Amino acid sequence: MTTADPTRGACPVPLAEAEKVLLGHGSGGQLSAELLRDVVVPALGPAAAETVPEDAAVVAVDGLDLVISTDAFVVSPLFFPGGDIGMLAVHGTVNDVAMMGAVPLALAVAYVIEEGFPVAELRRVTASVGAAAAAAGVQVVTGDTKVVGRGAADGLFVTTTGFGRRLPGARVSAAFARPGDVVLLSGPIGAHGTTILSTREALGFEAEIASDTRPLHRLVAAMVASAGRAIHVMRDPTRGGVASTLNEIAAAARVGVEIDEAAVTVPAPVAAACELLGLDPLHVANEGCLVAVVAPEIAEALLAMIRSTPEGRCAVRLGSVVEEHPGRVVMNTLMGGRRVVDMLVGEQLPRIC
Amino acid sequence: MKYVDEYRDPALARHLFAEIKAAVTQPWTLMEVCGGQTHTIVRQGIDELLPNGVRMIHGPGCPVCVTPLELIDKALAIARRDEVVFASYGDMLRVPGSDTDLLALRARGADVRVVYSPLDAVRIAADRPDREVVFFAVGFETTAPANAMAVLRAHQLGLPNFSMLVSHVLVPPAMTAILDAPDCEVQAFLAAGHVCAVMGWTQYEPIADRYHVPIVVTGFEPLDLLEGILMAVRQLEDGRAAVENQYARAVRRSGNSEAQDAIRRVFRIGDRAWRGIGTIPGSGLMLTEEFAGYDAEPRFAVAGLTAREHPACIAGDILRGTRVPTDCSAYGTLCTPRTPLGAPMVSTEGTCAAFYNAGRRVPSATTAELR
Repeated sequence: MTTADPTRGACPVPLAEAEKVLLGHGSGGQLSAELLRDVVVPALGPAAAETVPEDAAVVAVDGLDLVISTDAFVVSPLFFPGGDIGMLAVHGTVNDVAMMGAVPLALAVAYVIEEGFPVAELRRVTASVGAAAAAAGVQVVTGDTKVVGRGAADGLFVTTTGFGRRLPGARVSAAFARPGDVVLLSGPIGAHGTTILSTREALGFEAEIASDTRPLHRLVAAMVASAGRAIHVMRDPTRGGVASTLNEIAAAARVGVEIDEAAVTVPAPVAAACELLGLDPLHVANEGCLVAVVAPEIAEALLAMIRSTPEGRCAVRLGSVVEEHPGRVVMNTLMGGRRVVDMLVGEQLPRIC
Repeated sequence: MKYVDEYRDPALARHLFAEIKAAVTQPWTLMEVCGGQTHTIVRQGIDELLPNGVRMIHGPGCPVCVTPLELIDKALAIARRDEVVFASYGDMLRVPGSDTDLLALRARGADVRVVYSPLDAVRIAADRPDREVVFFAVGFETTAPANAMAVLRAHQLGLPNFSMLVSHVLVPPAMTAILDAPDCEVQAFLAAGHVCAVMGWTQYEPIADRYHVPIVVTGFEPLDLLEGILMAVRQLEDGRAAVENQYARAVRRSGNSEAQDAIRRVFRIGDRAWRGIGTIPGSGLMLTEEFAGYDAEPRFAVAGLTAREHPACIAGDILRGTRVPTDCSAYGTLCTPRTPLGAPMVSTEGTCAAFYNAGRRVPSATTAELR
């Protein structure tokens, strides 16, 4: 029932968006997906268009399944309750490698530094990179530093590349979710995104909340050792939040996902910040939890095992994978209603009242 | 979370649904005025769980949605200027004007900033005397006191570089306009709790009397809405038409007199155009003569700007409650939150966006597919 409007054409892409990249293109939601689909991936040849987009890739070399991932960190502010850009850069890439069911082996770190950036702050960040890598048991083996003119970067950007090896028995992809599977979530959501927003805008929640940034590779290794191939999908719901992750899984596997609002755990101060700002916790970024889609017969045992780990103490059974409404995520609301949980469209914008 | 979880209790909700069902003997049509209420109703699927015959019409209470297109165009014209820092609440940034939106302007280099309080805009003006800081003052009686405070603060600080683009609207005249429409189907209102927290409910008493329509001042949590619906339905069944207060934890009959004083000092009542509805007499706030110097429209010579709505958009009918988003030929196809033609698709409080985000695609497929 498309009614084409002759004045605009059938595909109404606003002109301004056709010309310039918007901040919303970096939000991890629909706009980001469009940027990948329309600009980044087509340039990589036909094979790239066929693959399911993941944050890391498995490369088979001489019979070894190696995993590679890279991520650029541009967080503002550089220091925030619970962490800083250096720690985040280590955890983010360690986790992206881990979500392929892999153990991270080595990291490369690149710093893009704006002219005039205080050396003392740079020291704090590099020390944090070193400490986070040591705590994760991963060596930083190489890297790069570049300095750009004043105004060409916002203080400091950090890029990390991670290299790892897939654990024996692990075989995960967003495309492997199948009807009947159970969706597990390893921890409470929303802390990282609300901490960053609150600190950046000085909203006053930062006294009560802290980023959940932490490495998840040990949890992943324990899960793989416990359940192996019965784990079908592992994803860390970073930018775009749990909603985007579940939608990506539903799209890649052409299945429906059903979740229960009652199971979604949001820490009270995070929930309060989201209420006040009009944000949906399901759209808020996390840096310390993972979503796993697993075979139903091992779900309860695996959930119990996850709960016995320090990273997964608050793990929950979030929902299940269904045949109905493929490509779509549906939530059973607290009131007993149902609604579709969509991806974030663009930038997360606080509402008026 | 305290003061929130108590109002989202599933067992109490089931109890209230049952009470509503028990109270209803015939079909009734209710309108929730405020976009925040629409948001809760649609997100929780409350309207689809109500007993047959109890219908919710979604009212014009989304401030983003009722801001006229020409005001968005005025905002864009002002934000384009080199000397201007344009400050706004976040969800106004994505509202399409005639040719672009504020987010796209920002990508092209305009200094457009999201603020969380109008006082933040005053602070920017104090910090940057070399820049003209313009705040986009939109909203109902709820945001009016804070916006009035911003003007008073700028006045106190003697900031010549602060001004406001004002698009303030008032709820009671809009309710009267809806009731006066010949095709009006609304039999009872859930009034907006936050608006009444500021203004009280005395203004609603003559409306209830004159139109013999029950009005229940209602909060925003699921249980608030269910209780408000129950109170309204009971009045309808009893043939009563009074103003009742469901939101007693926040609202007093006389409202907040200090907030009202701030509004009265800075603003006067005048005619306002509502997007999709047209001009409603006495339905808006404009700066008083004393503070007219803070009006951005004459300062940047945009007062004469006019604009034309997209022909496919039925936002006016949606805002009056005579049609629902799924009646619109552009809904979900030409018009999505990604490419909104009209304002109700932009704000999460807008009826079209609330429908779309809850997955209500087309009438037949929506509910069938979800069940």
